Amino acid sequence: MPPRLLRGDSANFMPDEIMRAPRSELPITIEDVSVQSGSVTILESVSLMLAPGAPTVLIGPNGSGKSSLLRLAMGLLSPTAGRVMWGGRTSSGGDRRAIVFQRPVMLRRSVAANIAFALRGRRAQQRDRAGRVAALLDLVGLAALAARPARRLSGGEQQRVALARALARDPEILFLDEPTANLDPAATKAVEDIIVQVASAGVKIVLATHDLGEARRLAGEIVFMVRGRVHERTPAKSFFAGPATEEAQAFLKGDLVI
Amino acid sequence: MQDGASAFDLIVGGDPVLYAIIALSLMVSVCATLLAAATGLPLGALLALVRFPGRAAVTIVLNAFMGLPPVVVGLAMYLLLSRSGPLGFLGLLFTPHAMILAQAVLVMPIIAALTRQTVEDLWVEYRDEMTAMGIGPAGRVAALLWDARFSLMTTLLAGFGRAAAEVGTVMIVGGNIDGFTRTMTTAIALETSKGDLPLAIGLGIVLITLIIAVNAAAAAARRLGELHAG
Repeated sequence: MPPRLLRGDSANFMPDEIMRAPRSELPITIEDVSVQSGSVTILESVSLMLAPGAPTVLIGPNGSGKSSLLRLAMGLLSPTAGRVMWGGRTSSGGDRRAIVFQRPVMLRRSVAANIAFALRGRRAQQRDRAGRVAALLDLVGLAALAARPARRLSGGEQQRVALARALARDPEILFLDEPTANLDPAATKAVEDIIVQVASAGVKIVLATHDLGEARRLAGEIVFMVRGRVHERTPAKSFFAGPATEEAQAFLKGDLVI
Repeated sequence: MQDGASAFDLIVGGDPVLYAIIALSLMVSVCATLLAAATGLPLGALLALVRFPGRAAVTIVLNAFMGLPPVVVGLAMYLLLSRSGPLGFLGLLFTPHAMILAQAVLVMPIIAALTRQTVEDLWVEYRDEMTAMGIGPAGRVAALLWDARFSLMTTLLAGFGRAAAEVGTVMIVGGNIDGFTRTMTTAIALETSKGDLPLAIGLGIVLITLIIAVNAAAAAARRLGELHAG
């Protein structure tokens, strides 16, 4: 179920929004997918199913293919081999998926206008927008900065604007690509609190990180990747208690895994 | 020195001939720039976003047309608008409307080519976000033009500057008719050849002052806008 808190005032719902049953994006099934760029293998024979449930956290060293896997599942990257299906369909044109990039780009307008723009992409009714923008600003704790130029915010605040923009799509599944990289602890906590809140409202979270602390705090399950391949997929507790592969053990110990 | 003083008198004294010429010139150049912007901005944005066979060739031609010789444009427009030309039935030759059209043709490639470059650079920055947000082609064009508005202001100024300073095209299609199609540039050329330097100098001073004032106002607006929008 989509999180009600993201919808704004329920009195502003349009009947057609209530009546229309959007096609589910889940599960996302990745079947034996490889992605090549020239002679470089980005993803190799990856198979994975992303179903509703606790957050899935992709971990692994830089260049292991975490961001590419997120883009693939989002439909922004096409496989060279294999296939991806969203709710049983191979069309990548769904609108209930959203992504927050590692370095989100703020449009050259105010914080509120950035979120309103994302709502336009969702084809939200004009009269609903103000209420939904206000609800999203409250959710990410930026109501006081609504009129500020988004590009002038701090890195942590920009990440929260990006989260609000992504949530404006009312997603079933939210991909987060290293959302707290380069943020200080306070900003990291603010972003993680929102992620926890969104996940508890029923949105499937798929997050890429190489921050093991963040993975411990947020993950329901771990997907461990090295060199474009999925090496291990296990519940988070099992993974941190005793990873199955040598690479994962080395990674947890802090050894260099290349 | 005496010509300069006389020119100053014409400006300060509110000479009706001089100010009628200035008014017509501004009207023609502003209208031509707006017309060129109405076509050049979306064309430039589409060229930046849409991939199609021959796009590189179109871009090269557009860039080359930024340096279109005004007299050649004037000649082409003359042939189109003359009584025996394909658009002769409109009866526009030797009217301000013909001058606006001709200047718009001259300015449009400048606006389109500079817009293409500006929007393409911004699109590289925005592509992932807009694709992820599911923004359609029309929404992308509108959003990119809006977010690039401060850079595009400079583009429009370049177009306006080209139109305001141009003489060959308006001379050919306007005919430099006294009180009807005489602009600052054509009047300066005529008065200089006649030896009436005060009017020519006065118009020259006004022309340069206007261009500086418009640029200064646009720069101030751009700075304020950037402060506001980020």
